[in-house]
Amino acid sequence: MSVYILSFVLFLVGLYGVITRRNLIKIVISLSIMEFSIFMILVLVGYIDNGLAPIVDPASGGQIYVDPLPQAMVLTAIVIGLATTSMLMAIAIRLYRKYKTFDIRELKNLRG
Amino acid sequence: MEAMIPLFVAIPLISAFLIVLLSKLINGFHKIFAPFSLLALLFMAVYIFTNLDNTSMTYAMGGWGLLNDLPIGIFLVLDGFSILMLGIINIIGFIALFYSLSYISKYTAESNYYALFCLIIAGMNGVVLSGDLFNLFVFLEVSVISSYALVAFGVGKTELEASFKYQVLGGLASMLILLAIGLIYWKTKTLNIADVRNVMSGGFSRPYYIFVQVLLLTGFGLKAAIIPFHAWLPDAHSSAPSPISAMLSGVLIKAVGIYVLIRLFFNMFEFTHEIAVVFTVLGTISMVIGSLVALVQWDVKRLLAYSSISQMGYIVMAFGMGMILLIKGDNEPAAILAIGGGIYHMINHSVFKGLLFLNAGALEYRLDTRDLKQMGGLSKAMPVTSSTSLMASMSISGLPPFNGFFSKLIIIIAAVNGKFYILAVLAIVISIITLAYFLKFQHYAFYNRTPLKSLDKIREVPFPMTSSMILLAILCLALSLLALPSVNEAVLHPAIQVLMQSDLYSITLIP
Repeated sequence: MSVYILSFVLFLVGLYGVITRRNLIKIVISLSIMEFSIFMILVLVGYIDNGLAPIVDPASGGQIYVDPLPQAMVLTAIVIGLATTSMLMAIAIRLYRKYKTFDIRELKNLRG
Repeated sequence: MEAMIPLFVAIPLISAFLIVLLSKLINGFHKIFAPFSLLALLFMAVYIFTNLDNTSMTYAMGGWGLLNDLPIGIFLVLDGFSILMLGIINIIGFIALFYSLSYISKYTAESNYYALFCLIIAGMNGVVLSGDLFNLFVFLEVSVISSYALVAFGVGKTELEASFKYQVLGGLASMLILLAIGLIYWKTKTLNIADVRNVMSGGFSRPYYIFVQVLLLTGFGLKAAIIPFHAWLPDAHSSAPSPISAMLSGVLIKAVGIYVLIRLFFNMFEFTHEIAVVFTVLGTISMVIGSLVALVQWDVKRLLAYSSISQMGYIVMAFGMGMILLIKGDNEPAAILAIGGGIYHMINHSVFKGLLFLNAGALEYRLDTRDLKQMGGLSKAMPVTSSTSLMASMSISGLPPFNGFFSKLIIIIAAVNGKFYILAVLAIVISIITLAYFLKFQHYAFYNRTPLKSLDKIREVPFPMTSSMILLAILCLALSLLALPSVNEAVLHPAIQVLMQSDLYSITLIP
């Protein structure tokens, strides 16, 4: 049970970072932390105690395997996460070139 | 005909790939290839729509169908509701792309624009067709990541800032959705929407699913920009290039926001009274606050963006009323009216809001400003833009004989029939406020006697832009035919049927 709670705490850590940090890069890092906490929850969803890696061998029947579907989902989600993170980083670097700062308080063209 | 379903995703994906690959080698390849591939999609959507005949079609990817009546592969499902969404996506997509042919030529890296445009279409078609939760998430990410890139396409200060804001909130939404999908899988051990419904009909723990429902409502609410979650929308929609604003406001917030919410809450969960009330309240709040904020805007595209929030409020409110009436179960005709009105207003909104953003783009193209105070007297100089935007404004503020009048009328009649008198009055008042801020837009942009000195230099925009605006204006008029009972029966009824008999979706997929 504690693993689930720890992943949820990690999620909250990321959320706290997104809300309170003022540096663009740190916001991106916090988003990544949140993302990976969700990946952990997804892997835990498919985990079974004493389960083997799901490479089914018909000769030895009666084995317990972990659920492979969440692992496949996590692999896909990691690729998507890579795309979003690199996109965010690209925008952050472009913003730095325009504003000469990573401080989000200086970015206030859009209000109201 | 089933074999055509995956083409809705495959054609735009392949065209995006080919455009990036070949536009370096063949000069102007993207300008010819992208419109033709989207035109092909449009024809396919129309062909399927005319032949669908009130049934639904499924396509099992890779031939992995049912095994012992359990789905083991990925399904694409097309029914009365999703074909309407496919029609909207591909019509607005094609028209916005045709408009871009001249609009986007002021930017560099044109071929990337067309490739991203095809990707956004592929993602939205995938979201609408997918019958599988995780697949839906993947297509959602395809469309929103390309929309992040397109919002920042101008790479100015405001564009980048808006895109960053959009990405942080959008990323948050995607994570909540992924978490909810993981939690659903945990309990039901399946990802197929129809199968989840079947598993859950055998009993489920209520607090757990309320948590999942709240996660989904927050995640897709962020994508749909319902009011507590709307902060990114005015920035992103006003900073994007105008054809993209038309796509985002006209289609994206519906296809990845409202459509998925409605599909999941009607066809996957059995919605409860609490959820129905939440829908109605959120819709009403969006409707009121969105229009009040729009009233004080001086930036054309910001005004239109806030008006999008307000109109989305109408749609969500209509669906919420329908849900409440369905749960009470004593007034089915009013529920049909409410849901039908919601779907009808969704179609109408994508047409007139798309048109209004294209008009704003035409103004920006010639004047290089979005500030209403610096415009004026343009009705002589830009007659096509002026007349089409007048039609769209009348349509969105609900004046007959345009389509917006009929859909709002249906929603209001449904509210009165269902005894939601306060909501009916609010809907009428907000409609009048909508008229007020669109009169402001018309007055300051087109009819005001103007301080603008260089008025004689301003000409009408080029042919691709005018023709696409005229096309959408004609659609605005033509869609009011949907109010006729016989046309309504043929077009909207299959969609209403799918939502009213909410078991139908899972029964037809898994017998």
